[in-house]
Amino acid sequence: MKKWNLIVDLAKCFNCNNCALAVHDEYHGNEHPGVAAEMPRQGHRWIDVLQRERGVYPMIDVVSMPVTCNHCDDPPCLKAARDGAVTKRADGIVVIVPEKAKGQRQIMEACPYGAVWWNDEKNLPQAWPFDAHLLDSGWTKTRASQVCPTEAIRTLRLEDDEMLRMVAEEGLEVLHPEYGTKPRVYYKNLDRWRKAFVGGSLAGVIDGVVECLSDIRVELSKDGRTVGTATTDTFGDFRIDGLPEGSGRYRVEIFDPRFGSKEIEVDLGTSVYLGAIMLSGPEARP
Amino acid sequence: MKFSLLLFGLLQALRVQAKRYPQFAKRLREKNFTAQMMALDTRGGRWFTFQDGRILSKKGLHPSPDVTLSFATEEVGARLMTPPLKELEQVEAIKNFQMSMDGPDELSLWFTQTIMLMRQQGIEYGTPMPDGTTRYVSHTNGGPMFVYVRNGKIVRITPIEFTEEDAPSWTIEARGKRFTPPRRTSLAPHSMCQKSTVYSPDRLLYPMKRVDFDPNGERNCQNRGISGYERISWDEALDIVAGEIKRVKREHGQGAIMGTHGSHHTWGNLGYYISSAFKFFNIIGTTKVVHNPDSWEGWYWGAMHHFGYSMRLGQTETYSCVEDLMKDAEMVVFWSADPETTSGSYAAFEGTPRRLWLNELGIEVVHIDPYYNNSASLIGGKWLAPKPGTDAALAFAIAHVWLTEGLYDKKFVAERTVGFDKWADYVLGKEDGIPKTPEWQEGETGIPAREARALARQWGRKKTYLGAGGWGNGHGGACRSATGIQWARTLACLMGMQGMGRPGVNYGCMQWGTPIDIRFYFPGYADGGLSGDLEGTGLAINLYQRMPQLPTYNPSTQKIPRLQIPEAILEGKAEGYPWDGKTIEGQFRKFSYPAPGHSPVKMMYKIGGASIGTMNDSNRYVKAYRTDALEFVVNQSIWFEGEAKFADLILPACTQFERWDISEFGGTGGYALHGQTQMNHRVILLQHKCIEPLGESRSDFQIFLDILTRLGHSAYFSEGQTEFDWVKRMFDASDLPKHISWKTFLKKGYFVVPALPEGRRDPVALRWFYEGRKKDVPEPHPLPGDYTEQFLEGLQTQSGKFEFECNSLKRFDPDDPERPPIVKYLRSWEGPGTELYDAYPLQLISPHSRFSYHTLSDGKASAVNDIKEHRVLVDGYYYWVVRINEIDAKKRGITEHDLVRVFNDRGTVICAAHLTNRLPEGTVHAYESSAVYDPLGEPGHSADRGGCINQLTPKRSIAKKVTGTAANSCLVQVELWDGSGELRSASRDARSELVPAE
Repeated sequence: MKKWNLIVDLAKCFNCNNCALAVHDEYHGNEHPGVAAEMPRQGHRWIDVLQRERGVYPMIDVVSMPVTCNHCDDPPCLKAARDGAVTKRADGIVVIVPEKAKGQRQIMEACPYGAVWWNDEKNLPQAWPFDAHLLDSGWTKTRASQVCPTEAIRTLRLEDDEMLRMVAEEGLEVLHPEYGTKPRVYYKNLDRWRKAFVGGSLAGVIDGVVECLSDIRVELSKDGRTVGTATTDTFGDFRIDGLPEGSGRYRVEIFDPRFGSKEIEVDLGTSVYLGAIMLSGPEARP
Repeated sequence: MKFSLLLFGLLQALRVQAKRYPQFAKRLREKNFTAQMMALDTRGGRWFTFQDGRILSKKGLHPSPDVTLSFATEEVGARLMTPPLKELEQVEAIKNFQMSMDGPDELSLWFTQTIMLMRQQGIEYGTPMPDGTTRYVSHTNGGPMFVYVRNGKIVRITPIEFTEEDAPSWTIEARGKRFTPPRRTSLAPHSMCQKSTVYSPDRLLYPMKRVDFDPNGERNCQNRGISGYERISWDEALDIVAGEIKRVKREHGQGAIMGTHGSHHTWGNLGYYISSAFKFFNIIGTTKVVHNPDSWEGWYWGAMHHFGYSMRLGQTETYSCVEDLMKDAEMVVFWSADPETTSGSYAAFEGTPRRLWLNELGIEVVHIDPYYNNSASLIGGKWLAPKPGTDAALAFAIAHVWLTEGLYDKKFVAERTVGFDKWADYVLGKEDGIPKTPEWQEGETGIPAREARALARQWGRKKTYLGAGGWGNGHGGACRSATGIQWARTLACLMGMQGMGRPGVNYGCMQWGTPIDIRFYFPGYADGGLSGDLEGTGLAINLYQRMPQLPTYNPSTQKIPRLQIPEAILEGKAEGYPWDGKTIEGQFRKFSYPAPGHSPVKMMYKIGGASIGTMNDSNRYVKAYRTDALEFVVNQSIWFEGEAKFADLILPACTQFERWDISEFGGTGGYALHGQTQMNHRVILLQHKCIEPLGESRSDFQIFLDILTRLGHSAYFSEGQTEFDWVKRMFDASDLPKHISWKTFLKKGYFVVPALPEGRRDPVALRWFYEGRKKDVPEPHPLPGDYTEQFLEGLQTQSGKFEFECNSLKRFDPDDPERPPIVKYLRSWEGPGTELYDAYPLQLISPHSRFSYHTLSDGKASAVNDIKEHRVLVDGYYYWVVRINEIDAKKRGITEHDLVRVFNDRGTVICAAHLTNRLPEGTVHAYESSAVYDPLGEPGHSADRGGCINQLTPKRSIAKKVTGTAANSCLVQVELWDGSGELRSASRDARSELVPAE
């Protein structure tokens, strides 16, 4: 049977929050019996957009990541629920049944992703129900997909094996696979969120003037093994990405027949910008 | 047909419609009176007595009719009454005294509108959906939408997804790939949230009066902003407003009423301020508030003198630039351009998928902005962060590299420009001894010289598009700062060196210039709507001929520059230079307030409540409200927020979801002609009345009409018609009827204008100029008389060429140090190096927000308040966000989401701090446009925790001989908040007024 999946591409998310606002539009002011009681006007973000920065001025990037109920195939909330207050539908969607879940705080507490919100007024756990009521009435995508300007969020209805093939082909990942809950919300380019880069800007003196040094090869090694290479761009910038955060000591090696070589030791926590690296002449300002 | 027969037919039609439609029968029960229609030549006619819903009628004349509609002759009457309705003939008959109305406005208006309503019975609109909702169409500043309604309540709002029925989308082929846009419209976040603002707890649902305001006794003006309000009836409210209009005119004379509105309104060509409000203000006679070109400033006052384009307020044409960029450009420089935040003003996220194509095409991208903005975060590229206000120094340095290394288009410079040698001399330092080298600029901007040089070389060698401001051809950002004129002028000169119009070399950032069909006529909001205003709108150009209407003129010639409303009220004086794009010289005509023989302003009629959040140094506005100089303030608003809380009387307006209107996605007309080329598709919208007005709120049109009915102007304002009739009139005036029937359009609610086939697309902007041909783009600018040589040859400048040395400035004032004939570098008067910098060492930039559109959508318990980029919840209160570099924060002991005091001598705003590396040290960032003004003490004299950042921005004009806002940057200090509501000054001589108003 075909089931619903959500794919979020972090390379295309830029924090516009239309997905979060569409959820508010759909669930605040409306009751969807069997699927969702009304969402409070303020305070809940059933789809939330997290944001982090990597690097420092002037080498930085910003990554935004929508997070929501993962509609797990092995949902801890379902196990924690009493009286059938959480159901796993045949199409993969997990629903916290508003009529049955009153007072069941443990449903919220059971979610390792923190994706279940507590509605104080209604004494009710609530999460994004994948717009199940709309899909049931013929919609082919979630509202989050529909309003996403970059199509960073896709709603897909696929057989599980088709989905697995896609996961492999597109390099999709889920958040915290170690929780073992088998999420149906997948991420593309997740490295942008969790990996670090080492970057810098090469400069050198040419004809008595400090210039950006482009087209210079930079190597990054760890324990004597090369783990990445880059060539500096117009501005002398290089960036070697995809490194595990907190992965310890690295060596940046720069070779150039004209400007000589340089080696820099880096202890990598989060992303590092080494500043301006002068290959000849006086040290430039960082 | 004979007059008497037509009158009999009217009677029958009224009766038939009443029988068929209960709603219409109900209408007929509203009033008991006698109306009569007659011809003055034959004294023939018919009377209609409305009695408890029945109509008694007889041929001939009634002895005492309440209302009489007279025609000069039976021929005129018969001609005008024969369907279809002929507005042109009706307007001509009214103007030439061939048709007139006599009787109380309340009854005559009811009678004519009833005849119009008769025609509207049985209309069908909206699309029934499977889930039992009805899907209507509406439109906002951030895009059009489907509106799903059940039981009179909005259930959801979505973008419009096109179907097979709708016209196909265009395709651009570039570098072996084919690109076509998504088959839908997009929505900006400030529109996506609008259901939450329609149903906001802050909606004004009935008229209110300040409790201690008595129009016949104590007015207690000093209590504006402090005292509460009480509910009153519409009749009472309208009587007070109409009474005050008469009183101030009687007691003070011409000019005593000021009519004023914000920069934006709820969308719709008829409900827009340029339509209904302008007509209302013209009819009652008002001192006009002259807006400055607040998104164009540096381009209007500066760049225009180099290349003309006054009709675009100093921004160049953009036809087919998207395709040209994709095919030929190798690099795009985004300079103070963040279209992913500002959405091209009205273009939602239409340009966003196009900008992702830059990555697919491998086009290099550079962002120059003190803030690593949202566009940079989406598409990446090199980021250069000049200190705010120093951008021109970087531009000079780029020119220096080009001059010394020969990296510019010498043929273009020789053939298409004048004054190059003077510009080159200044850049090279031959004039002032200071070569504007990359090293020199480093001291100003903080950008390493080597990076400026690398950028210059890359730009000089590669075919490069300059994306200046959010539209790409200027607009917003750095042009709104103290050095905005220099910024725009130096950028114009850079393009003058690279040969604007060369393939792959132009203004743009994929935002303007899609290959849609602009030859299909549909008016924009600036084209005047139903205003009749031939002087203050674009009406005369096109729409007036196509939608004939009674003209309106404002009897008062008194004007106040919008930036000096507080000075006009508090000091009784103001001076300004106009926003008039007809010619380059339009901006030189200085005006003064008060105008000769006019009364100072005594009454303010304000539409909306955005000033405190959107104008500069806005504690001034608060103080101006709290004075006896203003005897009466009426505010017409949708929400109880901002300056609505400073009115004596509040009139509750409804949103556009609650009234009829018609418009086009991003269709502005006027100074942003063909702005629809920001869109991926031209989409024309019938804005359905989706729900009934909430509470007792009414449409702006209706409120104006209700007031004017009390002044005897109802027929002049409405021409006897309802808003719905005007919608139909605009439909008929456009090219729509050639493509879609009224019935289908009314039901479906939108029409997609077919894009041009590939072979018939418009020529690329400025290519004609680059190649020295006649102008061939579909732009009716400049005025024919503004060509120096042959018609269509050359630019609007005196020489017809790009002028590095501007003839218009030489004529106006060659010795103006702020605006010399060639652009020169001057430091900002509020930046590093000034005296103020010691006390306030942080440069605050305050650009437009992504989530608050000029206060629309912010505050009012809107859904956007829960977006962390917008507001942050601390101790139960949603605070505005100030962004501060991590190191600057650490120095001040500030951690993430601490409440901080952002302040200078002008005011204090309490914000939640967000620590970031998206700014270099020394620069802080907070968006403007808070809807919430929440003073912690006396209004105007205490800290605000609502987030109105504009309390901190300077009131000083960007130059002495212009009237422009420098609201984009100012100097501030930031420190942890101690909970006090007191204002604080860090400068040695703590004065609240730093610079005299210019």
